[in-house]
Amino acid sequence: MKRATWLVPTLYIIFLMLPIYWLLNMSFKTTNEILGTFSLWPQRFTLENYITIFTDPTWYMGYVNSLIYVTINTLLSVSVALPAAYAFSRYRFIGDKHLFFWLLTNRMAPAAVFALPIFQLYSAVGLFDTHLAVALAHTLFNIPLAVWILEGFMSGVPKELDDTAYVDGYSFGHFFVRIFIPTIAAGIGVAAFFCFMFSWVELLLAKTLTAVEAKPIAATMTRTASTSGYELGLLAAAGSLTLVPGAVVVYFVRNYIAKGFALGRV
Amino acid sequence: MSKTVNQKAWFFVLPVLALVAFNAIIPLMTVVNYSLQETFGDNVFFWAGTQWFQDVLGSERFHAALGRQLLFTFTILIIEIPLGVAIALAMPRTGPWVSVCLVLMALPLLIPWNVVGAMWNIFALPDIGLLGHTLNALGWDYNFTRNPGDAWMTVILMDVWHWTSLVVLLAYAGLVSIPDAYYQAAKIDGARPWAIFRYIQLPKMKRVLTIAILLRFMDSFNIYTEPFVLTGGGPGNSTTLLSIDLVKVALGQFDLGPAAAMSLIYFLIILLSSWIFYAVMTRNEEW
Amino acid sequence: MAKITLEHLRHSYMANPPTEADWALRRLDIDWDDGGAYALLGPSGCGKTTLLNIVSGLLKPTEGRVLFDDLDVTDLPPDQRQIAQVFQFPVIYDTMTVYGNLAFPLRNRNVPEKEVDQRVRQIADMLDLTDRLDSRASGLTADGKQKISLGRGLVRSDVNVIMFDEPLTVIDPHLKWVLRSKLKELHQEVGRTMIYVTHDQTEALTFADRVVVMNLGEVVQIGTPVELFERPEHTFVGHFIGSPGMNVLPCELADGGASIEGHRVTVANASALNEPDGVLEIGIRPEFVSFADQGLPVDVVRVSDAGRYRIVDTRLGAHSIKLLVREGESVPSERAYLRFDPERTRVYCDSRVLT
Repeated sequence: MKRATWLVPTLYIIFLMLPIYWLLNMSFKTTNEILGTFSLWPQRFTLENYITIFTDPTWYMGYVNSLIYVTINTLLSVSVALPAAYAFSRYRFIGDKHLFFWLLTNRMAPAAVFALPIFQLYSAVGLFDTHLAVALAHTLFNIPLAVWILEGFMSGVPKELDDTAYVDGYSFGHFFVRIFIPTIAAGIGVAAFFCFMFSWVELLLAKTLTAVEAKPIAATMTRTASTSGYELGLLAAAGSLTLVPGAVVVYFVRNYIAKGFALGRV
Repeated sequence: MSKTVNQKAWFFVLPVLALVAFNAIIPLMTVVNYSLQETFGDNVFFWAGTQWFQDVLGSERFHAALGRQLLFTFTILIIEIPLGVAIALAMPRTGPWVSVCLVLMALPLLIPWNVVGAMWNIFALPDIGLLGHTLNALGWDYNFTRNPGDAWMTVILMDVWHWTSLVVLLAYAGLVSIPDAYYQAAKIDGARPWAIFRYIQLPKMKRVLTIAILLRFMDSFNIYTEPFVLTGGGPGNSTTLLSIDLVKVALGQFDLGPAAAMSLIYFLIILLSSWIFYAVMTRNEEW
Repeated sequence: MAKITLEHLRHSYMANPPTEADWALRRLDIDWDDGGAYALLGPSGCGKTTLLNIVSGLLKPTEGRVLFDDLDVTDLPPDQRQIAQVFQFPVIYDTMTVYGNLAFPLRNRNVPEKEVDQRVRQIADMLDLTDRLDSRASGLTADGKQKISLGRGLVRSDVNVIMFDEPLTVIDPHLKWVLRSKLKELHQEVGRTMIYVTHDQTEALTFADRVVVMNLGEVVQIGTPVELFERPEHTFVGHFIGSPGMNVLPCELADGGASIEGHRVTVANASALNEPDGVLEIGIRPEFVSFADQGLPVDVVRVSDAGRYRIVDTRLGAHSIKLLVREGESVPSERAYLRFDPERTRVYCDSRVLT
């Protein structure tokens, strides 16, 4: 049995790669070829789809917009989650358990429920079609997640570390920034990773809150996405490019994936 | 850890509270507002009481969508959890292939959901998609845009493709945290592979598996984008899951009252079931 | 029960170790007698855990053979060598009861249930676990769990040797000695070969009949606790065993004997002093140094109280010499003379005792 077990993950990975390969395959074909012949690799290899995307602002700005709001969201979510997680980890205060649970319930909320009301809310405060709007809206899901992850990692650090720092005369700020944060660096990395991930992939709210200025790549793709035939090649190329940021991020944290997914709670 | 009582800790949580409350409470209040009122346009509202709730709860359409949703969630849980655990068990625990495997497996998790839907759309099209073409070539009259059965199968396959890796990664994290000494002791005790799984691996994976099951349950119950891009809810409404139905009612028909009532019912269902799941799974231990 | 022989053993964790230092275990040849209580003593990183794992079969040695009663078991996995091992932290099956844990190794080997019950109860009685038999194993304290680990080894009648890898590491200090005495008691009752790995000399010296002292992958000395204490063959053994450790002072040869800083010292192994080639040192334990009216002139630097005795730090030139003084005895305040017990003073050449 031992010798054959490598077969399982291998088959699974092949299964995972198939649709991706197909997408890449199509991205290097012209739409005509796609509709005309069925082939496992491009008969006439072409880069024109990619060139279109890289030269047409309506396309490449989609990526830029997405990256902008994802970054804003990640920075925002993690920074406000840090003190909150610290409070949950170290202190008891009135309503702490209820607050924590309420935060988690927001992660459970169906985005569809919030789509319309959030649209109205953000329009009302004049934030419609801004990167900030999407970044803020995504905090609804990401902050609870970040708090939950960080709290798990922080609880693994004994309180004695804090006490020692105070006895040594450090102010709270100094302790938190210089001593505590490096200790939970892995946790911050994991939290940031998950925030990036959920914000990058979430599209319902992102589309609802944007029109032109901050339009994410998803919305641009939907324009062309009626797969009744036209611009399939372009669509495939656009889709392929969305794989890149994710792949890059995962590659960077590859050494922490195994432990990180335990979310500090294993 | 012993926590100290400190009410000033509220200041630490204030930013979080503000942001989440802004995004959660205000919209929620709006939804509650709409759910209790009736409008004929021009911003004129009449009190409707529980009218919308009764309507929704009694409607065929809602039952159908809820039924489809339950079937969907149940099916993917049955497939993804055991499959994910099995793959995690089969993975090497050390060595150069580990990071390669993990990176490749994590890829589907980082693809924007609409691209997932679009990818599978292209992949499953009967004439030009690899899957669709191959299935038809093998004799199966496969067309997910026309056959509800095919559509269901494709939606489920897509979800398995998309999310099983999450279970794998979580289960794997639990597995690698088991110290070698346990396996060594089991070897010395003469335990067979099944006994090792049952008495060592499974108990140690309990926590991460709970997280995995909860996350998959919640997220699959709330799913919207991928199936919408893949099938649009069709053919007909055979794959119209709850979120898709809700958005159709809310944004499509602008029936604010029923949409709002449905939203609240939806949210409550998910809250309640998650809470029950969670309580059941952690009943014997402290979290 | 078996006699264990380690023949020409060498082990490295690297595929092609370039230097001597990359070998975790350097050339080893050891015989362990049937039924003995042994300790493997040495500092962290000396190779004792590696050696233990090679004996138990969890590790395959790069070179050499392992023999149980002259049968080559080097290629056999642990479950076929009939050994038991207790690890540093308690390894128990959380979901089973204490009874279930103890019965597990027997049930896996298809032992009839009646016999299982009898053995389990017998061992539980030996370990004082009888009243916890039906509780969940996960509910016990650390020392209880270690007892279960131990019990799983004892419950099998076919066990050749039981190995302990620093088993008291997670036990509370006040329970350590209870468990230690229990282990010694068990050894006498059960009579199986036991090998106990530790870096704590107290544990080793109180448990074992013979101690194997290791350092840097090599066996430095094998002997009874008394032998190791009174006749250390290597200055490392002198340092490591005893608290405080042996005094080691550089010396020169001086007509038939040795001298330190020009002062003559009588040594026990004077007859071996024919043209030794290497670094010469004298070793003498603080227990065997005493104040006298004449001898080595020293300055008294510090007196530390260690309970029933006091440790006095003295200086001779650049060297520090420690001695023990019993409670109540007086200590000279500044200048004093030291006498080394000649029977216990030995010359070491390149750290090894001259014979």
